Amino acid sequence: MTTAPAQAGWRFKQPSVIPGFGLTLGFSLAYLTLIILIPLSGLLWRSAALGWPEFWAIATDRRTINALRISFGTAFLAAAVNVVFGTLVAWVLVRYRFPGRRIVDAMVDLPFALPTAVAGIALTTLYAPNGWIGKLLMPLGIKVAYTPLGIVIALVFIGLPFVVRTVQPIMEEIDREVEEAAATLGANRLQIITRVLFPGLAPAIVTGFALAFARGVGEYGSVIFIAGNLPYKSEIAPLLIVIRLEEYNYPAATAIAAIMLALSFIMLLVVNLVQTWSRKRYA
Amino acid sequence: MPDPEIKSYEPHHGSRSAAVTESRPARVALMAVAFAFLGIFLVLPLIIVFNEAFAKGIDAYTEALGNPDTRSAIRLTLLVAAISVPLNIVFGISAAWAIAKFEFKGKAFLTTLIDLPFSVSPVISGLVYVLLFGAQGLLGSWLKAHGIVILFAVPGIVLATVFVTFPFVARELIPLMQEQGNGDEEAALSLGANGWQTFWYVTLPNVKWGLLYGVLLCNARAMGEFGAVSVVSGHIRGLTNTMPLHVEILYNEYNAVGAFAVASLLAGLALVTLVLKTLLEMRYGAEIAATRGH
Repeated sequence: MTTAPAQAGWRFKQPSVIPGFGLTLGFSLAYLTLIILIPLSGLLWRSAALGWPEFWAIATDRRTINALRISFGTAFLAAAVNVVFGTLVAWVLVRYRFPGRRIVDAMVDLPFALPTAVAGIALTTLYAPNGWIGKLLMPLGIKVAYTPLGIVIALVFIGLPFVVRTVQPIMEEIDREVEEAAATLGANRLQIITRVLFPGLAPAIVTGFALAFARGVGEYGSVIFIAGNLPYKSEIAPLLIVIRLEEYNYPAATAIAAIMLALSFIMLLVVNLVQTWSRKRYA
Repeated sequence: MPDPEIKSYEPHHGSRSAAVTESRPARVALMAVAFAFLGIFLVLPLIIVFNEAFAKGIDAYTEALGNPDTRSAIRLTLLVAAISVPLNIVFGISAAWAIAKFEFKGKAFLTTLIDLPFSVSPVISGLVYVLLFGAQGLLGSWLKAHGIVILFAVPGIVLATVFVTFPFVARELIPLMQEQGNGDEEAALSLGANGWQTFWYVTLPNVKWGLLYGVLLCNARAMGEFGAVSVVSGHIRGLTNTMPLHVEILYNEYNAVGAFAVASLLAGLALVTLVLKTLLEMRYGAEIAATRGH
């Protein structure tokens, strides 16, 4: 490799003998712009064109606020459930040896592969009052299908692999000698898990939570079947966008979508900060 | 070199002391909870799909699948996947080449932009095209004047599908090609191969399993996408209904056998995807390990 004679100050691209930079970068940028950037900026442009009073009226509409609260609230709960059970599933898959482990491991990805509409009708049938699970919960007075609880169930299904697949590789990398050292020094199992293992896993768990949460907030297909879709009670924000579109109320659909995007990005930002903080704290 | 005498003091892997693994009852309890959770949340939904599809016997099942509207939904889903997956393959390879083989300013930002569709709700992915191409949309009147139909037709469905499956191939290939470095390509070039030959005979064989992995996930999502496609499709029976949309229509008409029969095909697709994915991970784990997961 030859080094540049005088180190030029600013250089867009490092020199390379490999051809095709202009072609591949040009094509990639053009495709990205056409498919993603122009349509997304169209959305931002349309919501900016609404003007502040109209935007504010849509944003503070009781139905909008309730839909956003339900979407973010149920997604938060579901992600929390997945943090507990997803971490447990990852632990069992990484640490224990049992027949059929590969099959169980592969099954964890089912929610990635199963179309959301299929998941939606399957879960609804299971949790309906006369369904296999709904029938068992009915005598206990627990109604799942057609309530916000149903939304949480659907989002737990959708979000599970995000937590498992984020935590699992980090768990595999844990050096077991650290645990042995802690045990030698007199720590009991619970202390080892909470003081030695958990700090190392915390950033991955936070990331898994964030991915499951972000996916849950936007989820539509699996939720609309089981939710019951009662305005103010079990109507999620993506569904409200669809309803406004069907009413040809483009401004409202646009404004709700813009709010959802903004909230999601704020959330991702916060999670990034928390991750940086926990990495520093537990480094 | 480990001293054999010292090594003999190390505990065997099979019999770690209680302090380094959980006690047997705790292990059994943890496994029981994990399996119960997975059984309820993953296995039961899968079983119920097939159970409901065959609830009224095999004849009712095959009859449901023989329905002309169902057939046209299957054809449309295959068509949409056949257009959108290759588009994203070409993009994925191109983006991975630019990002993995070169150092340039703004690379990290570009990589973030490629992942952007994953953090957008599917409904919004469809909405952006309605705002662009719809009757009230930015290009709506121009399209109408020129007689071009995008929304509530196949082009709109393809666009929405391309949007939601956009990152799949690229995000598998970028880390893989970055890990492999440029050595092989530089050797080929110095031996006189041209750029195209280098890509075709050197790079592509190196990444083929990773590429296949990405294509597999991309295809599963393309055939199963619901939210984005639902917004742009217009739900015209026999014309713009994909399989997932057809499942919804049949289900809302209380045609459970019909809905679950179509759903069983999609569940079968998901199972085949999982099996192929696992086989790829088992055989070519080292090659695609960089990007395991979503």
